[in-house]
Amino acid sequence: MDELRHGAITAALLRLVQQKTNRLGRRVRIMEVCGTHTMTVYRYGLNPLLQASGIDLLSGPGCPVCITPDEYHEAAIALLTQRPRTTVASFGDMTRVPTSQGSLQTVVPAPGSRLRIIYSPLEAIDLAMTHPEDEVVLFAAGFETTIPSIALTVKEARKRGLLNFSLLAALWLIPPPLRAILQAGEVALDGFLYPGHVSTIIGCAPYRFVAEEFGLPGTITGFEPNDVLLGIISILDQLLANKPGVEVEYRRAVPAEGNQRALRVMAEVFEPKDAVWRGLGLIPSSGLRLRSEYQDFDASSRFSLDVTSARGEKSHPACRCGEVLRGLLQPEECPLFGASCRPESPYGPCMVSYEGACLIHFKYNRPGKEK
Amino acid sequence: MCLGIPAKIISIEEGNTGKADYLGTKVKVNLSLLDEIKVGDWVIIHAGFAISRLDEAEAQETLNLLREIASQENPDS
Amino acid sequence: MKGRVSLELGSGGQLMREFISRHILSTFDNHILDELLDASHLPHGIAFTTDSYVVDPIFFPGGDIGSLAVNGTVNDLVVSGAKPEFLSLALIIEEGLAWDDLERVLNSIRQAAAKAGVKVVTGDTKVVRRGQADKLYINTSGVGRIVARPDLSRVAPGDCLLVTGPVGDHSLAILLARGEFGLEASLESDSAPLTFLLPLWEMGAKWMRDVTRGGLATILSELAERLPYPVLIEEEKIPLSGPVRAAAELLGIDPLYLACEGRAVILAPADKADAFLTELKRNPLASQAAIIGRVEDRIGRPKELLLRTRTGGLRLLEPLTTELLPRIC
Repeated sequence: MDELRHGAITAALLRLVQQKTNRLGRRVRIMEVCGTHTMTVYRYGLNPLLQASGIDLLSGPGCPVCITPDEYHEAAIALLTQRPRTTVASFGDMTRVPTSQGSLQTVVPAPGSRLRIIYSPLEAIDLAMTHPEDEVVLFAAGFETTIPSIALTVKEARKRGLLNFSLLAALWLIPPPLRAILQAGEVALDGFLYPGHVSTIIGCAPYRFVAEEFGLPGTITGFEPNDVLLGIISILDQLLANKPGVEVEYRRAVPAEGNQRALRVMAEVFEPKDAVWRGLGLIPSSGLRLRSEYQDFDASSRFSLDVTSARGEKSHPACRCGEVLRGLLQPEECPLFGASCRPESPYGPCMVSYEGACLIHFKYNRPGKEK
Repeated sequence: MCLGIPAKIISIEEGNTGKADYLGTKVKVNLSLLDEIKVGDWVIIHAGFAISRLDEAEAQETLNLLREIASQENPDS
Repeated sequence: MKGRVSLELGSGGQLMREFISRHILSTFDNHILDELLDASHLPHGIAFTTDSYVVDPIFFPGGDIGSLAVNGTVNDLVVSGAKPEFLSLALIIEEGLAWDDLERVLNSIRQAAAKAGVKVVTGDTKVVRRGQADKLYINTSGVGRIVARPDLSRVAPGDCLLVTGPVGDHSLAILLARGEFGLEASLESDSAPLTFLLPLWEMGAKWMRDVTRGGLATILSELAERLPYPVLIEEEKIPLSGPVRAAAELLGIDPLYLACEGRAVILAPADKADAFLTELKRNPLASQAAIIGRVEDRIGRPKELLLRTRTGGLRLLEPLTTELLPRIC
């Protein structure tokens, strides 16, 4: 599989990109929807090379940590700091998002309470089983990639009759914000790199409206550096042929119909709700809540937490994460970027998440000048 | 968050769990989201769950495409 | 800083760096402390250091809290240009610790001290109530004889950086020993004494650091920060064991931020880098040593730490900001 990261092949692919943008006779703006793609592009130092080949990449809303409004983070912090004997189990980068009260990592937990960073959501079930005297709250943020696993975790809690497990869900669907961004018409785009792992679950069909209603090409793309370049080449080919569609570069992992079994589990446990995204506001049917049959696992009702009135406003008056998430602004264009807003003192979640555009730009997009 | 790693299933246990190998490291994996997984299958693992079965023929095709692009570019190598 | 201390302060990230500069240096203001060496150089050719060990679990593949407490302190002396000679040993024991475990740790301390050529010459024992500590904490202080003075003013473009072996194994061995994240790999901590580096000071080493909390990226950023030149590292040259590479990808962690307890980075004069590498490789603990980068004058700006990626891209490497991993040392 070395070919997927091989530097000489990267160089050949970049020359191919250049030839195709030359043939188009203009620069091409592509939104990489998924933060994991942003990570690949910058971690491997591809961005300056792509820019030189006529491609401008814009980061999209595909970072669950970034688009989860503050109210969710504050609810998790309230549980951890105010409720004794409560374990908040969370994926790593959710724990660093700054709010007016600090982050899950910087606050001091209530007596007997603790934060547990997990890799699999099932670890929260183990915690609830081994600590029956504690409340265990799974604070889960994620897109379609993660949602089926969260759904199975809830079903597992039901199967085991766990009374001390609950879910604080910040679960989001990818296609609705794409429609919102296109409908707002604020940003000029030539195509989309669609997220590879979300697509293993949802397949191709949910993206068709982008080509059919908005006439834009897109390609479901894998996460190795040469995958990303093949995805970009596929978008350029669609532009050159003037045939916008939904192509799959990441065929080894993405069946066109997605993962039906995972979709069924998702639908069994969750139902869509209108949800507020940070920066994007209210988007119809873009979030998920537990179905009534699973309501007793809902942490927000068990502990009277209010996340439904989330406004999705910025955490700091000058923070422009919202515009970054909509592709309107490059991180460097925010006046806080790199000055007062830095990884060690972030103002907004885009500087926190490993997939946040601001953090990635800060870490990787300041190349040394070649003399 | 949507990090997924390709790994090979090396054992399957009761309750839809198994172990997968990635470069010599073994990871516990839940197989409930996929149908009829066998030892030897390659899967994408995300947050401890196998979310997709890798299609070896398709993977080979992508690799061939990359090799072809590289060789057209640089016939000597 | 207001409020109460959170775990994050101890993570080795930015908050700790700020704490040291704003609170420790200003409170105890003196020129020896200000140098912030891993071990302080005192009058009469003596070097002095201290470190506390709170690792969980206390036994792990490739070591235990006892050998760690010897090696960590010994290594701080070695990389500061001193030959380690004497150690203190302070034990804080949680009520209820098994005698067998305590004896096992003491034995391990004896063996590690013998291996590193140091004597434990003073100590202290405290026992606290159950729950007031976790099994066993150890503090060791170390005294050594100065053999060389690390000197960054002699650093010049072309000087080479060597690492003594694969990085990150210790962090990962601890994670695996805790049984977290459902990972299994045959992997041992790299915990080891670095006394075999002492001859490199005589050969003209300009600077050394052991790769501990914050990993390779953090200690190299701290080096670059103090130089009037940029430093360039080649990603491809950095030795990594298979399990570290794999687990880091599975968990989404960058191995360049993982800690070791028996690895160091050495800055060698340009013309001696190959001789240094040969000397290092004579020791089984450094059989995978490699030249990973150089002090630059052709690329970058002063104080920058740059990484040449596998795909040929160039990017800045930042020091660790926040550690996501549990107690590892």
